[in-house]
Order: sequence, then structure tokens, then C-alpha cells
Amino acid sequence: MSSQPAGHPAAGSAPETGGAGMTMTQKILARKAGLPHVTAGQLVEVDLDLVLGNDVTTPPAIEVFRATGKTRVFDPAKVVLVPDHFTPNKDIKSAEQCRKMRLFAQEQDLSNYHEAGEPEMGVEHVILPDNGLVMPGDAIIGADSHTCTYGALGAFATGVGSTDMACGMATGRCWLKIPGAIRVRLSGAPRGFVTGKDVVLDLIGRIGVDGALYRSLEYTGPGVAALTMEERLTIANMAIEAGAKNGIFPVDDRTLAYLREVAPERLARGEGWIVEPDADASYDETLDIDLSRVPLTVAFPHLPSNTRPVDLAGAVPVDQVVIGSCTNGRMEDMRLAARILSGRRVSKSVRCIVIPGSQRVYARCLEEGLLSIFVAAGALVSAPTCGPCLGGHMGILADGERCVSTTNRNFVGRMGHTGSEVYLAGVPVAAASAVAGRIAAPEEIGIEAPADLRAEWLGTAGPERA
Amino acid sequence: MGRVFKYGDHVDTDVIIPARYLNTSDPAELARHCMEDLDTSFAGRVRPGDILVAGINFGSGSSREHAPMAIKASGIRCVIAASFARIFYRNAINTGLAILESPEAAAEIADGDDVDVDFETGLISDRTTGRTYRSTPFPPFIRRIIEADGLVGYLRSGGMAGTRVAGSEPEVTP
Ligand code: SF4
Repeated sequence: MSSQPAGHPAAGSAPETGGAGMTMTQKILARKAGLPHVTAGQLVEVDLDLVLGNDVTTPPAIEVFRATGKTRVFDPAKVVLVPDHFTPNKDIKSAEQCRKMRLFAQEQDLSNYHEAGEPEMGVEHVILPDNGLVMPGDAIIGADSHTCTYGALGAFATGVGSTDMACGMATGRCWLKIPGAIRVRLSGAPRGFVTGKDVVLDLIGRIGVDGALYRSLEYTGPGVAALTMEERLTIANMAIEAGAKNGIFPVDDRTLAYLREVAPERLARGEGWIVEPDADASYDETLDIDLSRVPLTVAFPHLPSNTRPVDLAGAVPVDQVVIGSCTNGRMEDMRLAARILSGRRVSKSVRCIVIPGSQRVYARCLEEGLLSIFVAAGALVSAPTCGPCLGGHMGILADGERCVSTTNRNFVGRMGHTGSEVYLAGVPVAAASAVAGRIAAPEEIGIEAPADLRAEWLGTAGPERA
Repeated sequence: MGRVFKYGDHVDTDVIIPARYLNTSDPAELARHCMEDLDTSFAGRVRPGDILVAGINFGSGSSREHAPMAIKASGIRCVIAASFARIFYRNAINTGLAILESPEAAAEIADGDDVDVDFETGLISDRTTGRTYRSTPFPPFIRRIIEADGLVGYLRSGGMAGTRVAGSEPEVTP
């Protein structure tokens, strides 16, 4: 891959020579393959800790599972099926898909299958960590490209297709090519309303949508400590938008505090494996990012890498704003949205759709009074679902319409008509844009940047189960 | 021989098969909407044996296996690209859609050319221009999956049984 453009304020890069040591990802995969050592490019079969599917990818996987000749999944506690894309069922065909998945879950006695409305339910990548299903050092595949989200907890997690999912369900195993890695060394702390979303958009903007193709993005450095758990989930979530196989963070005190909240029993039993890169790990390249210099960032249509600082966005009127998804549908996101919308009105010309990422997040919004703030501001609050993120339902765009969205993809037609446009941003810009009726930073609608956003968030990194 | 349908870089799964059609996984129905958001004429014009040629990062985006399924069901015999997004690459191998990686072929072959591919040798021949191209060969482990007609066949013939077949004989690809 090409190296960093010179003179950029936030990041710099250096080519790597590297040693014979292994990256975090390589160490996990070596362990799961039962090998003392692996190197980039090697093909291995690994034992899996979790196999995930959703209502789009599971129905074809069930067909393939039947074709393998197996009758039972390898471990009913380690297969997780989540109806989230077209649920609550948007039409008859989606209802049939969901029914097929539900019947399979019943047939196989899966412990991690929940219906819409149950406290454990919501968008897959929001609920798996919050339900305590992900532990550091795990190897996880999911028939959903954003499965890479779980790297935030120091696990190896990657997206696969339905056939991989089916064979994973049948055998508990998966073939993988050992990836090389880009090391992303973080320093400093984000300023003002800048969040993890801006950090990852800015990164994708500089390396491109195939900048990390076939490789891992491994985050290290003192800046990691500045990021909340939820910001790390957001950053790991979008590894795939840089083409990466996975993104991974080291485990620190904040990760352990989060795990104490969501998986106390597993932690007490000594489950999980904390991995650090070898001192002589071989990296293809190192990127240095000073978090304090990352600007509020917007990705213009039609690629997540088409980024600009919000200050250079120009006058872009918007028709719709979506706040939610597996990227930004967590509690901190809801609190940030409420902070911007509180006491203000969504512009007459904008439909603002807020989608708590899970039933637990929804309940918490209710308790904290955030739902009233959204409604009073003239925003619409949806049930937890992927919905408009993939152009499924609950906010499809017409020809020529523009949407500022906290989701992760802005491809042609992603949210509706091929003539519509999606602008990706973090929650503060999305919410401020809803008020302004055009792409705007919070400061442009008269909101002072906070002195220390992260300090306000400390201690609230977990899902705070009811 | 097949006629070439040529597209650019970063052809993503959302244009290969838009999400609004993901409420089914019937290959024939998916094929009817294949490439719809990029080229509305594709589904009507494509004939069995035709070849799809594209630039870098083909198949980026979601993990939907509906994308290689739709391409295969539309009659496309092989996809030639400068590079493939990794999940699409896996899905194509696992489901038996032929793919070849060749930046030169991807750059030079033109829309409408007649092209022949030899999967044994990885040789791509453009009959229209008379040029030939060599594609990156698959490593032996992947060839075993392809020879078994995809991952299910590989599994049924004893692969992934916990014997660490691949791990016990590490293969380093170039
Ligand atoms: S919220 Fe969007 S990106 Fe995330 S799993 Fe759902 S459809 Fe995929």
C-alpha cells in the first residue's frame, strides 16, 4: 500500500522491517490452529469460539448446513442467530426468512437466539459484546461483514459468507489465511465533539477503502487509553471499510471493567486470553495518529474513504438524518444525540430517525429521559433494527435525497434510490445537521464543544444492564 | 469463449445485488437483479458463458453470499479482476464461482471482447485482441476446496474434521 501523504497533521507513517514475532491477530490464530507459530500468507484451520448469522445470511446457511450431512451444530451455546436486518419483519418474504431461522434455532436448541423485544435483542454487533458473548482471545466468524467489531475486546473476529457460517456451525472450524498487519499507533486524546467515528473515518480517508485489504488493523499506543469501550467498538466496526480482515485493540483496564459488567461469571472462571503483540512482531507498515488533531469528519458519497473535515463540507442541505446502527447505536451515541437535540428542534425540512441499537439501549434511553428529548425535538424513534442502514426499511431515500447518517456505508443505492446520497458522520455532526437542515458541526448551531467528553463518559462505558 | 462485461474499480455487493432483494435467497430471482444498480441492462443481456471483468477491490462491502450466487446464476462463467475484496474472494471459492486475479487482464480487456479462460493453467486469452494474460494461481489448499466443488464438498470428503489438515502442512503464498 502507498504510504501516508506527507505533511498531514493527524497521521504519519513509516515502513516496517519487523522481526519474526507475531502480531496480536497472528498469536490468536496460531493458538486456535494449535500451532506454535504462524506467518502472514499461511493457510490454517482454526477452532471457533462463536459462529454468528443474521436474518439475511442464515437462511442460505441453513441450506448449506443441511448439505454437509450434519444434523447438529457443533455447540448450541456457540452458534448465535440474530434477526435484525429486516425486523420487525418488513414484508412477507422477510417474515419467511426469519421464521426459517427461528425454527432452526428451536430445532438446534440454541441458547443465544432471542426475539425482537427481549432485553438481549437488537442489532447483532451491539448485542453480542453487551450480552457477554465475546471474550478477549476468542476466534469468531460471523456471516456479516461487521463482525470485525469484536476486535475492540481483543478478540479475532471477521466477516464471512453463509457457506463459511454453515461449515462453521457444522464443525466449529474455519479456514483462514494468516493476515499481515498495519499497526496504527495512537497518541493524544480526541478534542471537543470528536469521537471514535471521526477517528476511523479519518483513517479510512487516508488509507482508502482497500488500504488494509487482506490485512489486520492493529491499534496500539498510549492513545488507546483515551478511547472509551464504545469508541473502540465503533473503530473496530469499520475495519472492513478499509478492506481489512479484522481490527483489534489491546486489552486494558477499561476492557476489563467492561467485561466485569457484561460477563462477570466468565471473567471469574478465567475465560478469555489477553494477547499482546510480540516485541519483534512483523508489521507491513505503521501509521501514527495523534488523536488530538483528528477533525470532525464527514465521508461524502459514494465511498467511506471520500472524507473531508466538516469545516470544508460546504453548504449541503439534507433531507434525512439517521442516528443508530452497529457503528453508532450505543448508549454514548444516544446521550450525545440527546445533548445536541435537547431544547432544540429538528429542521422543518429534515426527517430525523433515531434508532437505539438494542432493546437494552432503548430501555436505558427511556429511563434517562432521552426518548422524551428526541420526541420533543421532533425526531422519530424507531425500534432497534438495522432498518435504513442497508436500505432495508424504516427510512428509505427517494431519488435525489440526501442523508447524514451515523452508519458505515455510503455506496450507491445503499439507503434507497441509486440517485440518493449518504454522508457518513459521527453523532454530533449528524444531530447538529438535523437541527441546521444542512451538514453542520455542533458549534454552527451554537453548541459549545465540551472541555473533556471522555471524562464525562468514564464509568459509563458498559451497557449498564437493567 | 465468452463475451466480456466490463466494469470499474470497487464494484460493491450493494450494486451486485441490492439489499432490497435480500429477502430471498433463490438464485434465479437474485440473477434477475444482478448488477442492477450499476447496469440495468446486464440481467437482460448476459448469456451463459459470458465473463465479467473489473478493476480493484471487486465485491467490497457486505458478506452477502447472494452476490456470488447472483453472478453465478446469471450465467457468468468467471470473474476476472485486478483484486477482490476478501469476503467476496472466500465466498466465491466456497460456492464454486470461478474467479481469476490479473491486474493486466483487468486493465486491458475491453467491454464486448471475446475471452477464453483456462482454469488449469490460469491463462486468460483475449480472442479479440490476440493478447494473453497469466493470472495468480491458487495455493494448493484452496485448489483442494475448488476441486471438491466448494467448501461443502471439501468438508464431506473429510476436510475440517479437526485433523488440522492445512495447519500441519503450512503453505505460504507469494
Ligand atoms: S446496522 Fe447496518 S452495517 Fe450494522 S449489521 Fe445492520 S445492516 Fe449491517
